Amino acid sequence: MGILEVQNVNKRFGGLKALHEVNLTVEEGTVHAIIGPNGAGKSTLLNCFVGRLKPDTGSVVFNGTSLLGLKPHEINQAGVSRVFQTPEIFGNLSCFENVMIPAFARRDGSFTLNAVSRLSGERSIQEKAMHMLEDLNMGDKAGVQADQLSRGDKRRLELAMCLVQEPKLLLLDEPTAGMSRGDTNTTVELLRTIASRGITMVVIEHDMHVVFSLAQKITVLAQGTPIAEGLPQDIKGDPRVQEAYLGGAHL
Amino acid sequence: MTTSTKTDTLLLWVFALATLFGPIILAPFGAGYPDLLQKFAIFGIFAIGFNLLFGLTGYLSFGHAAFLGVGSYTAVWSFKLLSMNPIPAIILATLLGGLFALVIGFITLRRAGIYFSILTLAFAQMSYNLAYSVLTPITNGETGLQLDQADPRLLDTAFGIEYGAALPVSSLFGLDMNQTWTWDFMGWEIQLNAGFYVCAVVLILCFWIAMRIFRSPFGMMLKAVKSNQNRMNYTGLNTRPYTLAAFVISGCYAGLAGGLMAVTDPLAGAERMQWTASGEVVLMTILGGTGTLLGPVLGAGAIKYMEQIFSAFNKPELLDFFSFLPTAIAEPLVSVLALFVGEGWHLTLGVMFMLIVIFLPGGLMEGFNRILGLFNRRRGAAGKHPAKTPAAAE
Repeated sequence: MGILEVQNVNKRFGGLKALHEVNLTVEEGTVHAIIGPNGAGKSTLLNCFVGRLKPDTGSVVFNGTSLLGLKPHEINQAGVSRVFQTPEIFGNLSCFENVMIPAFARRDGSFTLNAVSRLSGERSIQEKAMHMLEDLNMGDKAGVQADQLSRGDKRRLELAMCLVQEPKLLLLDEPTAGMSRGDTNTTVELLRTIASRGITMVVIEHDMHVVFSLAQKITVLAQGTPIAEGLPQDIKGDPRVQEAYLGGAHL
Repeated sequence: MTTSTKTDTLLLWVFALATLFGPIILAPFGAGYPDLLQKFAIFGIFAIGFNLLFGLTGYLSFGHAAFLGVGSYTAVWSFKLLSMNPIPAIILATLLGGLFALVIGFITLRRAGIYFSILTLAFAQMSYNLAYSVLTPITNGETGLQLDQADPRLLDTAFGIEYGAALPVSSLFGLDMNQTWTWDFMGWEIQLNAGFYVCAVVLILCFWIAMRIFRSPFGMMLKAVKSNQNRMNYTGLNTRPYTLAAFVISGCYAGLAGGLMAVTDPLAGAERMQWTASGEVVLMTILGGTGTLLGPVLGAGAIKYMEQIFSAFNKPELLDFFSFLPTAIAEPLVSVLALFVGEGWHLTLGVMFMLIVIFLPGGLMEGFNRILGLFNRRRGAAGKHPAKTPAAAE
């Protein structure tokens, strides 16, 4: 029994079968990559995990509770954090505030009318946020407005925001998309460090180099259906995978 | 105590002293008389509350005048039914303003952006029209709700307070709200008015509460709503209760302001609910500086002061003013300028608003911060020590 169990998930957009009979099990403490050519349904599947989309049929069970019908904030409160393809951060707040907000969300739940206490008096949250920023080598940027960061730092900040919540499951949507080779390597190193602490991750990625250096298990999607699943070395040599990527989508 | 808390305490003290000494400070500018001072304080409260919603969450309400009107009606009814004491009147006005905001906010906050603005505008106009028509038994329609000698005033009767044959005035345990002490100070006539001081104390209290909200985790969440609602949802935060809470607090402020209007002048009319009043508070907030603590109060003061100055001017005064010029120049000049004063003072307001939005999008507060920044940079260069950025003047 994995931490995330996906069974027989189907999703249609009009005439398009975006997902067809998807079955997937993510084991606790592993990095699970979902790869596949453009339009294979990777992002659709991820959106089904976080409550942005609702599958037409099938079930998504996280840690024993069904995620179907839950709102995004409820799913996050259950322990699922998500990093977006283009970093979603609070642009006009400082990096420090950006990390404090998720820390408050973890401590106080989805809504608290906490207007009486002072931010400057919230020592434990402040320490936690500062520690998190330092952990990701962003301690010197705590006072910088998040808008002013470079692309790579924005991604790093978003990761800090997710990690400060101590999620049980971290979802990453193309964490290195649009990054330079150097930035990609730093990000991969960072993700490896995070993975080594035992946080379960699901990664969607195009970059094979990233996938093979991170993942312990890989699921290959093509046209909304999983066509292969296994260890990285098995997937590398699988002819079906090579066909999906190189041979294109013949009918 | 951290530096930011120290700065805040200092700001609060300066604000409180400036407000309490308002009648003296503003006397040289011809703004030291009770009627105008009361307007400064009341619209200051209204704008502070509006800014808590618009400045922090970015939700632009175009219907805040409805809560102002509700507050006024509630206060007058409190005078009629309970007591001429302003305390129950403003408490009830605040509560009812908040209650109205809860109902309207619950419906309108389902939408964001322009749709939210239009929905709030629609609700306010609906309230305005209802006050004129169906609700006449409560609002007394066009005449406006007024006091009457025959009003029951249950609490006053219970405590044996009599007002005799004259129409009663609101009074705080015997201190009449329209009482003014005049005092000659270095050639200026200083007018200390009881009604103004009630408003001033409430204003300081409101400013303090707003400051605490700005500096609280709740305030930070409201800023996060403005910044990125999507990220909030995926961070486990439910944005709806946050926006609703901000809307209700803001409605309470508006109700309180409306109540104080009735305290200083016990009369409530439906025109207070009209969209022009909703628009005015938007102008005040933007003119002063959206999302800043002090900005809305400054904006409210600036607009009410300009209204007073420019609407009092007329063609004869202008001709008098330019009498040193030859008639051939003075006449056409005055006929152009006359458009901007008296009845047409809104034209001046419009021009000024455009200039501010184009050149100082952060409002008057941005202007002050720029001046402070210039000053600091010069001092920093001279003293060879790095100048700190002026974070104080918020």
